[in-house]
Amino acid sequence: MTTPDVHEDVRGRPPVTERRLHPVTPFRRAWAPVAVLIGWALHDPDQAQRQLTRLTTTTLLIALAVLVPAAALYGFLSWWFTHFAVTDSELRIRTGLVFRRTAHIRLERIQAVDVTQPLLARVAGVAKLKLDVIGTDSKDELAFLGADEARALRAELLARAAGFAPETAHEVGEAPSRQMLRVPPGVLAVSLLLTGATWGWLIVACVAVPLLWTATHSLWTVLAAAVPMLGAAGASSVGRFVTEYDWTLGESPDGLRIDHGLLDRAHETVPPGRVQTVRLVEPLLWRRRGWVRVELDVAGSSNSLLLPVAPRELAESVVARVLPGVSVPPREALVPPPRRARWCVPVWWRGYGLTVTDAVFAARHGLLRRSLALVPHAKVQSVRLVQGPWQRARGVADVVVDTGANKSVTAHLRDAAEAAALLHAQAERSRTGRRDARPDRWMA
Amino acid sequence: METGSPRDTGPAGTGRTARAAEPVGAGDEPVWIALPPGLLKMRRLLLVVWLGLLTLATGVVPGLLAGPGWAAFAVLPLALLLWGWVMLERNWRSWRYAERADDLLISRGVLWRQETVVPYGRMQLVEVTSGPVERHFGLSSVQLHTAAAATDATIPGLDPAEAERLRDRLTELGEARSAGL
Repeated sequence: MTTPDVHEDVRGRPPVTERRLHPVTPFRRAWAPVAVLIGWALHDPDQAQRQLTRLTTTTLLIALAVLVPAAALYGFLSWWFTHFAVTDSELRIRTGLVFRRTAHIRLERIQAVDVTQPLLARVAGVAKLKLDVIGTDSKDELAFLGADEARALRAELLARAAGFAPETAHEVGEAPSRQMLRVPPGVLAVSLLLTGATWGWLIVACVAVPLLWTATHSLWTVLAAAVPMLGAAGASSVGRFVTEYDWTLGESPDGLRIDHGLLDRAHETVPPGRVQTVRLVEPLLWRRRGWVRVELDVAGSSNSLLLPVAPRELAESVVARVLPGVSVPPREALVPPPRRARWCVPVWWRGYGLTVTDAVFAARHGLLRRSLALVPHAKVQSVRLVQGPWQRARGVADVVVDTGANKSVTAHLRDAAEAAALLHAQAERSRTGRRDARPDRWMA
Repeated sequence: METGSPRDTGPAGTGRTARAAEPVGAGDEPVWIALPPGLLKMRRLLLVVWLGLLTLATGVVPGLLAGPGWAAFAVLPLALLLWGWVMLERNWRSWRYAERADDLLISRGVLWRQETVVPYGRMQLVEVTSGPVERHFGLSSVQLHTAAAATDATIPGLDPAEAERLRDRLTELGEARSAGL
């Protein structure tokens, strides 16, 4: 009796069209064996030299004749067996040659959509698309799609996630985007020059290298010490410049759009109501210019930067857009811990501060590099009060709020009675703060 | 009565039926529930077994090999055992939880005190676990998971029936007040 019904039901549904990735996909790992060979040759040059002389043309040809088709076959089959499909409520990815793997990603749960184009992918005109849902990892990214196809797919996924009718979701197209802010390269370069980390590593290198040289007179020791230090200095200056170049922040009905990168381009979309925490970071050397760096936490997303550098007023207006109804509390509004807290954390207690507004829990820490974290009440998952023996003797306690992005924000060293009251008040606000939050399907 | 700490003997022994009859009110004053004594018994037994063996080993082995004077080393693990005996009780007494109208409170720790509040609507998963030793003593732990991994809301050493009641109640309340991220 029931079987025909089920059958009818299945037949009645529109067929799910499965698609394959872009045909260049198999080549994305083609560099790996070459890199292994080069690494081996560099690591042990003598051995490599000896092995090379032993190779005759015949053995080389035979090896190539076996390896190249095997690799090509593996690449082709893994591409052939990878399918993806978009249904009304899910993105389905079916992959795996030997170990099959099927991922169904629910669209209303998406926290962010990333389209990234590494340098070589830009040359080939392809892009990676990744849906950030809690629990997804690099296996769940669609790499690679044609660049236009990736944009179209992103628009379709966002339209479906937003709650447009399934029949029209395909034709809704890209939501119009309005540019909010663009970080000029000059400002970015100056801001990175004013970052302590680069200079710290350079100074350490300048001190350590001569010391090591006088102590050991061994070139290898000096190189082994200097290369990582200079690498760290490079990563925190040139590396950051390259990734944060041309940082553009846009606003669209689908949420925030973040585009950046000099060589590798990345385009992120964070739908409304997905931001769990916003942090305004103010390094010491930026203070005179009134610049801040804005970081954000989105559950399941690896990206944590909203703005690499911006004047404070602009950054505050951006925060007001990202967290609707939130204004960044001014410096005077933050209440410092009681004076007796200095016995728990000697000098740095002055950097702590807390204020709770109708919309956010705002806690500041840091004396030289100030950081102000804002957590909307609706995003608080649990509240904890933590008090060690030394803190109890001084009558202070920490209050910690945990957010869904696996980050916690701590209000350090509050008065014990205030902390106890805050614990319960915050739990209450967390519960009620959810009521006027927007639905997961933001256009529905 | 041995159950619970002195200040809330009432709820620990009789509270179960009483609370079932009238749900916890507006949440003004939480009704704290202490842990049953089984957990203390189990932890003390484990302590005595392990440190007792260690005391014996440190007493007998140097005593036989290097002379009876060296057997005095056994005093160290013995002192640790006695100290642990007292500390375990203090720690066990410090654990308590309260189900309020809209959230669950868990309070614990003697020196490092921690109090956790989890609104029911934020619960993603409730887990009841019980290891072999715990099962032998008739104990289960209830663990609450929210979307934040930092949420550390575990109640150890509950009576299995109470653990299941708590699990069902939390799940039910969680469903009723459920909210997304």
